[in-house]
Amino acid sequence: MSVLHIINKSPNDRNSLDTCLRLALAGSGILLIEDGVYATRKNSSAAARVQEALEKNHTVYALQPDLQARGMSPESVIEGVELVDYDGFVKLTTEYDKTQSWL
Amino acid sequence: MATKKFLYVNRKAPHGSIYALESLEVVLIGAAFEQDVTLAFVDDGVYQLLKDQDTGAIGTKNFSPTYRALGDYDINQIYVEQESLESRGLSKDDLMPLTWEDEDDDWAEKDSIHVVSSAELAEIIEQQDVILNF
Repeated sequence: MSVLHIINKSPNDRNSLDTCLRLALAGSGILLIEDGVYATRKNSSAAARVQEALEKNHTVYALQPDLQARGMSPESVIEGVELVDYDGFVKLTTEYDKTQSWL
Repeated sequence: MATKKFLYVNRKAPHGSIYALESLEVVLIGAAFEQDVTLAFVDDGVYQLLKDQDTGAIGTKNFSPTYRALGDYDINQIYVEQESLESRGLSKDDLMPLTWEDEDDDWAEKDSIHVVSSAELAEIIEQQDVILNF
């Protein structure tokens, strides 16, 4: 019984990531897509929250094509975030019991 | 048709965008199909339940009285996050009373709104089959 939380909004513009992290049970999946991927950038204020999420045993994923489109190399992403492609995205939705797409 | 547990998560203030009204309509449709419906109000979504909303002077539909119909559709699992209320200077007394009648208890009128902590709400999310965000 576990939830894949999907975040597609920038952590600087919207509170979706913060609220998701407040309401996700330990051990959830957090998938960052679209502008959500900015949260994985090393040395950003949002990255500290992603780091905390990793420490709470969440698994954090970021969609590689969205990182690439935004000029974010794998090296610019904090340690511990798993990068997935579109096939990986689809696979995640089958591995978790349900998804919650935060607005 | 098998019954599923549907959770509607409401996180937007009521009159600045269409989300709140759209959510309410979808919720009522889901209930008409006799699904097990739970509502959560989080962040600015808690403003949807404030008492005494009057849109007369802004010329939009005042849909806030419609929330009182939820009890008639057997929707009595309405969860409001305590932290969201507190950070907006609100308490349960600021919310409109929403009730339902329990036919197993001589139609006693009972409260539908439950104020819960983030931790409690996290557990409620986990118990659902389908989660829709507005």
